[in-house]
Amino acid sequence: MSYQGKKNIPKITSERLLIKGGRIVNDDQSFYADIYMEDGVIKQIGDNLIVPGGVKTIEADGKMVIPGGIDIHTHLQMPFRGTSTVDDFSQGTKAALAGGTTMIVDHVIPEPGSSLLEAFERWREWADEKACCDYALHVDITHWNDSVRQEVLSLIKEKGVNSFQVYMAFKDLYQLSNSEIYEIFTFLGEHGGIAQVHAENGEIIAEEQARMLEMGITGPEGHVLSRPEELEAEAVFRAVTIASQTNCPLYVTRVMSKSAADIISQARKKGNVVFGEPITASLGTDGTHYWSKNWAKAASFVTSPPLSPDPTTPDYLNTLLASGDLSVVGSAHCTFSVAQKAIGKDDFTQIPEGVNGAEERMSVIWDKAVVTGKMDENMFVAVTSTNAAKILNLYPRKGRIAVGSDSDLVIWDTDAVRTITAKTHHSAAEYNVFEGMELRGAPMLVVCQGKIVLEDGNLHATAGTGRFIPCSPFPDFAYKRVKARKQMAILKAVPRGMYDGPVSEFSPMSRGGTPSASARTSPTKAPVRNLHQSGFTLSGKQTIELQ
Amino acid sequence: SNHKGEMSGTGYQGKKNIPHLTNERLVIKGGRVVNDDQSQYADVYVEDGIIKQVGENLIVPGGVKVIEANGCMVIPGGIDVNTCLHKPYLGTPPVDDFYQGTKAALAGGTTMIIDHVTPQPGESLLEAFEKWQEVADKKSCCDYSLHLDIPHWHEGVKEELEQLVQEKGINSFQVYMAYKGLFQMPDSQLYEAFSFLKELGAVVLVHAENGDLIAQEQSKILGMGITGPEGHPLSRPEELEAEAVFRAITLGNRVNCPVYITKVMSKSAADTVATARKKGSVVFGEPITASLATDGSHYWSKNWAKAAAYVTSPPLSPDPTTPDHLHSLLSCGDLQVVGSGHCAYSTSQKAIGKDNFTLIPEGTNGVEERMGFVWDKAVAMGKMDENQFVAVTSTNAAKIFNLYPRKGRIAVGSDADIVIWDPDKIKTITAKAQQSALEYNIFEGMECHGGPVYVVSQGRIVFEEGNLQVQQGTGRFISRKPFPDVAYQRIKYRNKMMCKQGVSRGMYDGPVYDVPATPKYITPAPSAKTSPTTHQPPPIRNLHQSNFSLSGAQIDDNIPRRSGHRIVAPPGGRSNITSLG
Repeated sequence: MSYQGKKNIPKITSERLLIKGGRIVNDDQSFYADIYMEDGVIKQIGDNLIVPGGVKTIEADGKMVIPGGIDIHTHLQMPFRGTSTVDDFSQGTKAALAGGTTMIVDHVIPEPGSSLLEAFERWREWADEKACCDYALHVDITHWNDSVRQEVLSLIKEKGVNSFQVYMAFKDLYQLSNSEIYEIFTFLGEHGGIAQVHAENGEIIAEEQARMLEMGITGPEGHVLSRPEELEAEAVFRAVTIASQTNCPLYVTRVMSKSAADIISQARKKGNVVFGEPITASLGTDGTHYWSKNWAKAASFVTSPPLSPDPTTPDYLNTLLASGDLSVVGSAHCTFSVAQKAIGKDDFTQIPEGVNGAEERMSVIWDKAVVTGKMDENMFVAVTSTNAAKILNLYPRKGRIAVGSDSDLVIWDTDAVRTITAKTHHSAAEYNVFEGMELRGAPMLVVCQGKIVLEDGNLHATAGTGRFIPCSPFPDFAYKRVKARKQMAILKAVPRGMYDGPVSEFSPMSRGGTPSASARTSPTKAPVRNLHQSGFTLSGKQTIELQ
Repeated sequence: SNHKGEMSGTGYQGKKNIPHLTNERLVIKGGRVVNDDQSQYADVYVEDGIIKQVGENLIVPGGVKVIEANGCMVIPGGIDVNTCLHKPYLGTPPVDDFYQGTKAALAGGTTMIIDHVTPQPGESLLEAFEKWQEVADKKSCCDYSLHLDIPHWHEGVKEELEQLVQEKGINSFQVYMAYKGLFQMPDSQLYEAFSFLKELGAVVLVHAENGDLIAQEQSKILGMGITGPEGHPLSRPEELEAEAVFRAITLGNRVNCPVYITKVMSKSAADTVATARKKGSVVFGEPITASLATDGSHYWSKNWAKAAAYVTSPPLSPDPTTPDHLHSLLSCGDLQVVGSGHCAYSTSQKAIGKDNFTLIPEGTNGVEERMGFVWDKAVAMGKMDENQFVAVTSTNAAKIFNLYPRKGRIAVGSDADIVIWDPDKIKTITAKAQQSALEYNIFEGMECHGGPVYVVSQGRIVFEEGNLQVQQGTGRFISRKPFPDVAYQRIKYRNKMMCKQGVSRGMYDGPVYDVPATPKYITPAPSAKTSPTTHQPPPIRNLHQSNFSLSGAQIDDNIPRRSGHRIVAPPGGRSNITSLG
């Protein structure tokens, strides 16, 4: 593993830390042991460790010590129509750290037609300057041609990006056609990338949006009415089909509805290599708020695919997460101020999309899945960090407490109770979509790169300390099966003798042309009859005579 | 006598046929009348092509021809809803035309067909319809109706569709999700087509395969040097069918329009239909003779001509358990109608694609074998009862396409299209003994239990103890009205339910971010590239200095939170919009 954040090395030296008496919880097992960290790396795990003197010691008192969360989906400092999301890399990563997340993966969104590499470099600059925790980047493919192909290749081979998102929605903006998606998936499958997909049927959405506006529905409820969940499920189904055809691992970002989640479960049962990512909002709240009389509140829930108005959705998604049918939880944290959302005050299609969730992500899962008995603590670790690390090919550097892993870890207080409110959250957004919710489970102490960044409720994060973590292609978690299938999937032609029988004469017109006039006037004439007089014998009989 | 107008809702257009019908009297004695809802022992008396009496000890005129059914089943004649008897391929017509094809149908117990009119892109739908009607009127030996395929969607087509529905008696139209660059419509056009057809009360038939992906797969497979018929199923795997079925159903749900999937060929496509029905979608699935009786393993035959004979789209599934699965779903009602997809091209026509499987004309036989195989593989196996057999071979089709109860039922007033069915009849299928003009029969060598002993079409015996007595041109065009109940009753109620309303709110009167006048989708300003720090222009910051205070933190607010002032009334006073929390 090569660390690229050269500028950070001085900050890491001489940081030594010992966590005593904790219960280490990885995705596969839990056990009591002490952890000794040095220079941002876990050096020893066990009982009665021999450590240098003067090391800072933390007493865990039997509490859970878990790998720091990995939020695999954020949009920090995302440009939007001349402005950008209110949480930049500093504000956003602070919110993440406050919630127990020690690494984020942000989406680079190049403007359609512009260079992917340039956009990637721009995001790197923004993040290097401000991020308070380690980060990696997905790059979204917003248009497709040969030069994009080259850029994707160099992002994979030289820049440490292994996951790329395509859009099936946002017609005339980001949306790609089935054929383009097929080509992209084929290409990513060959080069070891993960194909991420924003799955909604943009064609039908465009029709429905026009219909809603025509009906005079302009408020945020129009957003969810024009994007019913079956359009999400349809696109997921199509994406799964294309991925299966091209033998490329698929990752569905933002699983928001029961039916979309069901499609993923079914596909996994049929053997497809597909991962589903519910987000904090879909696990913690629902779409009934789009009908709020408070425009600003309703607008704060606007995200795509929308939150489902079905209030049983969060419970259902938590169940599938617990059973392993859904794999990873992201936050899709993408926050706009009320004034920004108000760009769409007269037209819901203009409301900038995005909800908060970076800070609440881990607590929501603990509260909704672990406390309710759906999920055990090991699975909790899997869906909040380990699986993400495996998909990004960062495992076991990230997502595990083990000797040699990065010392990103969290002491998790299962008994803590927090009431979520915009008054106290770390995001700059005025609204919190989880406002008023009481969540059990919270980080008591957060260690990031071997340094304590959250202790006793106080955040000590420094902008610019986050390092870019390159992700290499062909993650085993996704590609072991894909590689085996590639060898199985070699198609062979049937060796046959040449067909040397008669061939009908046919009009050489293009298939799309109108039929020749002869076909219209004399349908009875059959050049095919000749074949019965040829030397090419067939088993059929002559047409019987008319009776 | 003239029977015109005796049944409401069905106009007979075949004026020229009336002479044939007079003085045809027939009584079928001692049979068991099997409809889709019940079976009963009864005699059936037929006059002038209409069933006049059903019951025991009928009083009938003297000198009437009597058929002794000897306890055999008396069922409504089959309706084959999917034939292509006049669909040209690159200028050449299929070898089974309306004469040859309807003869084969009658020999198998089918007394009505619905053929697909397939206009070329750019051709007028009305003209194509009239062309088909002309040919069929001349040649058809049994009653027929027509589906119209819509080769591409544009504004001009709407008027023709209206005319076809309101004046021509057509209530079903097919759209294509495959055949890229030819018939295929993108989702937005499908949406518009569904919306328009639903207003007309038509049934939307869908050829469901993902044409974009097929085009990709075809070029990939040709690129690998695979040019034979096996390339056909390899480039059209069943999940592309299932995907398109799913999408078609989604569109149908959105538009609130009934959707009918033609040619259900695979387990996964059938499962998708079944699942959707369980969720309440108004969707119908039509497996065909070929998908119910054979499978796609033959595409790998060393005999090119044989392999090519199986080429149809969606392809037969190479999974040999497919027919059994489809029969199970047919038996439990998850699939509703069996068509034949009969479209017969000779070997020399198929050989147009001898060097390139994408050029092989598509179509398989099945019009003659259709009812026999449903009996053999579903009823004789104990999956399906005789009433469901009638439902899937005749009644459901009549209901969906608005022919019921004139067709699809043995009842007083219904057309005298009747079959006496012998469950014990055994037949070995072979091209040598078939009615079709094809050299290959894809069911060659298969033994089939169950078949017709007598077939009565329009009140006349056309098939008796193995002999066909048909006359071309006797088949009448049967016009069909829109809004069939079985498809549209639920749709009408849902229309009423689906009226959406906006939320009545006060006007939002808070601050609004001022969007620069630049177009929405241009590349970011060069400044963004060179100086990322200045790229966070804080126009939004202004808002925090305004009197419109909000509860969030400042961007650079990294010290403990303020607890204080969250709300200040905006200029002009508090409104429900800005009263946060």
